[in-house]
Amino acid sequence: MADTDSKGPNYPENVKTTTSPKETTEPLKGKNPGDIGATIRIQIDGIDVKVPLGTTILEAAKSAGIKIPVLCYHPKLKIAGNCRVCCVEVQGARTLQPACATPVAPNMVVWTSTPKVKQSIKTVVNLLLASHNCDCLVCDAAGACELQNLAYELGIDVRSRQFPISCNTLPEIDSSSPVLQYDSSKCIQCTRCIRACSEVQGKGIIAALHRSKNVMISAGIRNWSDSRCDGCGECVQACPTGALSQKVSPKVRVWEARKVRTSCSYCGVGCQLDMWVSENKLVKVEGADIVPNYGSTCVKGRYGHDFLNSSERLKTPMIRRNGVLQEATWEEAISEIAFKIKKIKGEHGNDAIAGLSSARVTNEENYLFQKTIRAAIGTNNVDHCARLCHASTVAGLAQAFGSGAMTNSIAELEHAKCILVTGSNTTETHPVIATVIRRAVREHGTKLIVVDPRRIDLVNNATLWLRQKNGTDVAWINGMMNVIISENLHNRTFIEQRTEGFEELRKIVEKFTPESVEEITHIPARDLIEAARIYAKAESSSIIYSMGITQHTTGTDNVLSIANLAMLTGQIGKPFSGVNPLRGQNNVQGACDVGALPNFYPGYQKVSDTLIKEKFEKAWGVKLSSKDGLTIIEMMNAIEEGKIKGLIVMGENPMVSDPNLKHVEKALRKTEFLVVIDIFMSETAALADVVLPAASFAEKEGTFTNTERRVILLREVLKAPGQAKPDWQIICDISSALGYEMKYHNAAEIMDEIASLTPIYGGIHHYRLQEKGIQWPCPNDDHPGTVYLHKDKFSRGLGKFHPVDFIPPDEIPNEEYPFILSTGRILFHYHTGTMSRKSVPLNEYVATGYAEIHPDDVKKLGLEDGGKVLISTKRGKIETIVKSTEKVAPGSVFVPFHFAEAPANMLTNDALDPIARIPEYKVAACKVEKPH
Amino acid sequence: MAEVEKILTSRIGTKSSSDIDSAMQNGAYEALIKALTKMTPEQVLNEVKTANLKGRGGAGFPAGIKLSFLPKDKKSIKYLVCNADESEPGTFKDRLLIENDPHRILEGIIIAAYAVNATSGFIYIRGEMASGAKILEKAISQAYERHFLGKNIMGSGLDFDIYLVRGAGAYICGEETALMNSIEGKRGEPRTKPPFPANYGVYGKPSNVNNVETYANIPTIIEKGGSWYSKIGSQDTPGTRLFGLSGHIKKPGIYELKSNVTLRELIYDFGGGILGDKKLKAVIPGGSSVPVLKADEINVTMDIQGLKKVGSMPGSGGVIVLNETVCIVKALLNLITFYERESCGQCTPCREGTHFLRLLIENIEKGEGVEGDCEKILSICKNIMGRTICPLGDAAVMPVESFIKKFRDEFEFHIKEKRCLPETFKMTTIFSE
Repeated sequence: MADTDSKGPNYPENVKTTTSPKETTEPLKGKNPGDIGATIRIQIDGIDVKVPLGTTILEAAKSAGIKIPVLCYHPKLKIAGNCRVCCVEVQGARTLQPACATPVAPNMVVWTSTPKVKQSIKTVVNLLLASHNCDCLVCDAAGACELQNLAYELGIDVRSRQFPISCNTLPEIDSSSPVLQYDSSKCIQCTRCIRACSEVQGKGIIAALHRSKNVMISAGIRNWSDSRCDGCGECVQACPTGALSQKVSPKVRVWEARKVRTSCSYCGVGCQLDMWVSENKLVKVEGADIVPNYGSTCVKGRYGHDFLNSSERLKTPMIRRNGVLQEATWEEAISEIAFKIKKIKGEHGNDAIAGLSSARVTNEENYLFQKTIRAAIGTNNVDHCARLCHASTVAGLAQAFGSGAMTNSIAELEHAKCILVTGSNTTETHPVIATVIRRAVREHGTKLIVVDPRRIDLVNNATLWLRQKNGTDVAWINGMMNVIISENLHNRTFIEQRTEGFEELRKIVEKFTPESVEEITHIPARDLIEAARIYAKAESSSIIYSMGITQHTTGTDNVLSIANLAMLTGQIGKPFSGVNPLRGQNNVQGACDVGALPNFYPGYQKVSDTLIKEKFEKAWGVKLSSKDGLTIIEMMNAIEEGKIKGLIVMGENPMVSDPNLKHVEKALRKTEFLVVIDIFMSETAALADVVLPAASFAEKEGTFTNTERRVILLREVLKAPGQAKPDWQIICDISSALGYEMKYHNAAEIMDEIASLTPIYGGIHHYRLQEKGIQWPCPNDDHPGTVYLHKDKFSRGLGKFHPVDFIPPDEIPNEEYPFILSTGRILFHYHTGTMSRKSVPLNEYVATGYAEIHPDDVKKLGLEDGGKVLISTKRGKIETIVKSTEKVAPGSVFVPFHFAEAPANMLTNDALDPIARIPEYKVAACKVEKPH
Repeated sequence: MAEVEKILTSRIGTKSSSDIDSAMQNGAYEALIKALTKMTPEQVLNEVKTANLKGRGGAGFPAGIKLSFLPKDKKSIKYLVCNADESEPGTFKDRLLIENDPHRILEGIIIAAYAVNATSGFIYIRGEMASGAKILEKAISQAYERHFLGKNIMGSGLDFDIYLVRGAGAYICGEETALMNSIEGKRGEPRTKPPFPANYGVYGKPSNVNNVETYANIPTIIEKGGSWYSKIGSQDTPGTRLFGLSGHIKKPGIYELKSNVTLRELIYDFGGGILGDKKLKAVIPGGSSVPVLKADEINVTMDIQGLKKVGSMPGSGGVIVLNETVCIVKALLNLITFYERESCGQCTPCREGTHFLRLLIENIEKGEGVEGDCEKILSICKNIMGRTICPLGDAAVMPVESFIKKFRDEFEFHIKEKRCLPETFKMTTIFSE
């Protein structure tokens, strides 16, 4: 299980650090600080080995190709040195030395297989076997069990057992967790799980209990389910035996399954997964030990993929006949689409058709989708849900820096001296990035500042938590800049050499004194000053933000303010420092990159730019429209106004995801012709005229682009069910049927076409992505990709300060609607739940929607924790369940948006940011009451 | 009987000896004042080195050298730790000092702090010593009142605080790195070394851990000089030691003696001989972890060299006397049960090894032993010794190996005859469970 080849999670990939990575990233690993230095020569088993001082005997032996058995050692974890199977003979030492914990010394002579060493290993393994419940016949770990392998290697059979069996063979198994179980009788007390939970995940939920032979691990007071464990399974992956295992036995032996590496589709982190399959059935999922996740996953990535084998998957195309969706053949479905689209085109013009592309499908598919809409249909009416999440980032950062994406890499976060997280509940939305942040705090002393109206999980690790009033972000950011300028903490050299517009900024922030900001935001002036100082003074500061910043009518303003703050202090364009919007969906970055936007061709090349248009016309062999298309919300409005008649939706579910759902439903019902391509019968698909069954991410090839701009590969793990087909094949069929011939042999071919037209993807080809992907910009085939952006020069040349004044949210609480409503995601579900709500364990964690309400309000309104509550806004109302928690401030309500039965978006405000056209999901005035 | 110079217990027995006033009437804190006013830190450290003061916790490491491992600079945070987690069976000397002369301990710690520029000190006291903790607590607050602790002590520029931390009932927390984990609120498990405490100790800061009795020697060393001290008693363990006599002895208790006193003198002259005037069967000379001695091995001095001659060591100074009525198998079972229970459970050889040792010894004691058990036990011992993170594994093995080697006949008798030797009876409790 332990892949000793990995560098561990602490190595930022390709990060150009100013100090050597050894100094900044290596944990202490049983070494005295200051031990690191010159190369020395030692001898192992008669072989001369040259290694740097500070290396352990184990590492040195490995470099010489000498294998020393290990059990408690794991390359990702700090040294525990407790199993004692790696003890070797060191000449001159009184006793055997543990190879994993003993640093080399000059001229050391080591012997790894003397009779004494062999006897010692044998005794240890014998001791472990005597206390181990050897029910290998029915143990899921058989074949992957490190103890089993070691016993096998040493040939310890029943006859050579030295000790009587001394374990509880009928143990109580703690299977209270929805995803994992613990069998103490198979535990060898190596503490790998404890260290994984604490050091890698930064959670520290698992601990050792009791002492001597009664040592066992424990989470929670009585049961695993009593603990704060969120089921990420880092411990299960770290366990060398079957003590910690996946709860549902796969009933497939490891050697009968094959391992396929692919990318997770549950969020923008882009975790690399090793999916084990046998006979087209998913056996288990492990985190792959490579960038960006280095073996970690979240509960969804590891245990939430049972939806793939769900019986509810769409397996055949369907056409609505007499008001009912009925099964049809592909030919029928495609010709129906071609006929209807052509008809609408003929009657109402090209712009009467629109397409919703998807942040869930691959780059190749998004590319083909927008190509079809643009080239085959002849309109720029293509958009996708990035409009609803980071449109303001794309708009704001493009204005300030020249390009809108995470400036740094995920791995860099671990070494930032200060991290400012705002409007991102990272633990729930980007769980693996949250582990990086926690590691930064716990292992490297990073100062974490959280600015969030909710008491999110990261507050537990924060140096400072500023609780702003919802929708007052420009005010606190301007306030921080006011402090920075008045205390002379701004970076004059950076401002002079790299930016423009500073004077205008200085003027606007003048009035945002900490005291006046306190009045607007309710953030104590003292805390704001402290935060400004920490952020400005740190050697490297990274800002992380997400929907809490972008989903406002002032979303673009918020983003511009963040850019201002970073430029003011020069905390950008260098390692570990920058502005890092975390992209929510697995391929929202890529969908934007490859042009699923109404105003951009692939690579953010403007539709309105004639030269660009000509380039694409030439490449695609067709005349293109120079008119910007409509955005999602505008499309819905246009449908209602009768301007748009036909809509093609690929892998999106606006019936749950879009604001003001009543309005959305009205619009969708009004379409003359609605096509939905999906893997399940989503709420939107149920309204469609034609539904096409798609292959899921695990059933096709292609690429995603994760939040750190890394283009990563998808591989075919399973065969798609029934007649389901990859979206790119479906699009090719539709396009061809529409008369625009489209034919590709595979996804790689499509990527080659993208590369030829998209400068930032210029050097991106599937063959280059096999190992760990490439971060764009990657202009040509020799370019290694870009770890962090804006080094020496911003994409737009000089960075531009944009003076931004504070504007209150569109809707503020009033007498009728006195509460502030905010919406968002939770760890156990993803987006509109089409995937996660089909997963058994994920639903065991959270099965249905709820509203977080402060205990004081619960009391005041006569509600009950767990009881029902009615929440209403001007737009609609939902009934849901009360979750009484101090996570939300008094006067605030938080509703997760995944649940169609209590859809938060019935309530949300579809007022738009004037620039990015993003709706204000995060602030609405609402009424909270007991249902009558 | 040689004239005994009282260094450690000179104030014990005087009226309210634990109170600062009465202690100061009898010389407490004079050495501290001398050190702070008349000596440089280097001079203080040199005196301790010259005195050749050996650690009294059991390992006997030179205390001055250990102190000098700490970084020399004046700025960095450094901690001194006083190990008062006295839990070794047969050992109760520190308790006497804690309860009767806490100011001697505090004075020693503060002088050491001055010598190495330490910023804070921790006294980690065994959880069960509730009254000792109270006494120490009071003593610490009195020391603060008199400005022997706190900021700028006696105008010397030394800032030093002492925190009292109570254990929670684990023998393992007497091991210095487990003790440091326990101070930090973590599970009391020893740490792998390196890094060593002098580099990476409490809360990751350079730390120095010493036993109560070790610190208690320092005031006298400062007062009378290191070279004076180094000439007292045995060369390898200068000064006096507190020996705790227990078991089948007429006058059990703590005796402050030079370490070149012989074991025979200790038992017969000071201890008044064997209880019930029975024959001596065995002696554990330095706390339960050291190898046992037979009755004919007591004509040795109680220093390192002397006890080495008979294969044992002075350890913590706890002398446990066993007379002829003791079943040696039962005695060993008692000991190994203790070590099995107190193993923290980290290292396989100790966690599993002590368990199987106990099982095998229990079988022999119950009359269920089989031929070859003794070999098996010795082989397990060989594979525990030196194979663990901390010395608890070794501590468990040493009595087992020596009991079997020295009383092999009695073990074989048990195995063959399925009963105790005729002259022994089921031992009444010597070590309380």
